[in-house]
Amino acid sequence: MFNAGILKFSIDLIAVLLLALGIKGLSKVRSARDANRLAALAMGLAVIGVLVNSLGIGGISTKAWVWIIIGSAIGGALGLVTARRVPMTAMPETVALFNGCGGMSSLLVAIAVAIFPVTENQVEIGKGIVEIISIAVSIFVGAITFSGSLVAMAKLQGWLATPAWTQSKFRHAVNISFAVLCLVAAINLFSQGENSLWLLVIGSSLLGIGVTLPIGGADMPVVISLLNSYSGVAAAAAGFVVGSQLLIVAGAMVGAAGLILTQVMCKGMNRSLVSVLFGGALGAASNTASKGGGEYTNITSCSAEECALTLEAAERVVIVPGYGLAVAQAQHTLREVTRALEAGGIKVAYAIHPVAGRMPGHMNVLLAEADVPYEQLKEMDQINPEFPATDVVLVLGANDVVNPQAKNDPSSPLYGMPVLDVQEARTVFVVKRGMSAGYSGIKNGLFELINTSMVFGDAKKVLGDLLVELKELGVGRKT
Amino acid sequence: MSFLSEALWVLLLGSLLGLELIGKVPPTLHTPLMSGANAISGITMLAALTLIIKAGDNLALLLMGSVSLGFALFNVIGGFLVTDRMLAMFSRKNVRNKGN
Repeated sequence: MFNAGILKFSIDLIAVLLLALGIKGLSKVRSARDANRLAALAMGLAVIGVLVNSLGIGGISTKAWVWIIIGSAIGGALGLVTARRVPMTAMPETVALFNGCGGMSSLLVAIAVAIFPVTENQVEIGKGIVEIISIAVSIFVGAITFSGSLVAMAKLQGWLATPAWTQSKFRHAVNISFAVLCLVAAINLFSQGENSLWLLVIGSSLLGIGVTLPIGGADMPVVISLLNSYSGVAAAAAGFVVGSQLLIVAGAMVGAAGLILTQVMCKGMNRSLVSVLFGGALGAASNTASKGGGEYTNITSCSAEECALTLEAAERVVIVPGYGLAVAQAQHTLREVTRALEAGGIKVAYAIHPVAGRMPGHMNVLLAEADVPYEQLKEMDQINPEFPATDVVLVLGANDVVNPQAKNDPSSPLYGMPVLDVQEARTVFVVKRGMSAGYSGIKNGLFELINTSMVFGDAKKVLGDLLVELKELGVGRKT
Repeated sequence: MSFLSEALWVLLLGSLLGLELIGKVPPTLHTPLMSGANAISGITMLAALTLIIKAGDNLALLLMGSVSLGFALFNVIGGFLVTDRMLAMFSRKNVRNKGN
């Protein structure tokens, strides 16, 4: 008889190796897609490993099979449909939703083990100190991940606003009391069973909500990344609960890698993790500060027609896409406009700010969806020296990332954030729905500059008009 | 105690590996990397699976395991597919939207 234990052990080793290679490969553009498949393969192998091992020792009952199939069919089908259907613009909230469900899974495993101590041949799970600690950690982190992710998703979807009271210092007291509640419940877990278990679940869920709710929309990607790291920790804790080393390794890897990614993102946004987590929404904090000088003067606005005329005469055009473009889902219309310009012999590039779109890297995905050549996407450090030699800059629904105050006004809350130096270009067109402020709620000096013109309107509609005007001018008809 | 000490070693080395794996990530890949790593964190499906297999005749345990497995698989399958969808757009060859 073959030894199922050794077979499972070998499968686990291979799975861990593939997972590590997968995460590594995901951080390089060229290998990313294969790496993702590799990681998926590793997960499949891991499942096979568990099944093989169980078949070896005692087998799997029909009843178990039925429940396995029901659970995986429903979950898998929903995942499949969601992944296919969801528009690319809704990516941040989708990742948050998936992440929350991962946390929920760890939470349920821990609760189940805690309520029904499973007796196995050799060990009894769910009795010793180590088991109780790992159950407590798993519940705590799992619940925070779940409730936090759902709040993040609701806020990104616009279902949930940032309540005013969450911006006061008061919220720290509330969150600390939730945390203390969790600690007390966790300690009580040793002596008395179920009641403190539920207290821990409720306390952790409330803490997840309390921590996530005050965080502003612009910082949400960082929070999602952090919650993603938590769900790795939750998985590792679940690994301790059920005694699976594979789970511990994979969870630890994701947890640590998620932390690094969170840090990288913070750096790109010029925010520290501490200020993201405890500083509250940037917008609300600065509202009072910007109230005084919040009115705009000297705004030049123009029509799509004038914009098209200027574009026609240009040689080098740089597009600065932002959140507004993502929301209006105008990336395809933009691509048509740039196609016309390119056909007319005009050089087009896209300046991608590290946090353009709704989360870092999101804009690259959206533009790639619209078939924009990868080489035309320029990162900030690459494009900034080129602005003085640029004829026209078209800012589409971006605001804070092109605010010159971040460079030259030390009193501005944005000061120090890396920005695109679009004001260096000869002409700047800003397509915007109105004069409302960006995420940060801060006035943008760019709009008042002489070489800046505002084109008011929804990004998609303005680009559509622009396309019509360009066609009428005959741009791109020849060649 | 041997499982615990082994498990702690595994935890430590796994974390160190994770810290080292991602050094410099181009901003382009932040979103896909996050979503890919997120799919991997759905590895708790193994725990759910183990739970169901060891549940025996305990219906409540079977049910909870099954729900947990569903949540985890939603995370795993959705996560990998959505990551693949994003990354597919970066490869030049089949970038055109098929159908829709």
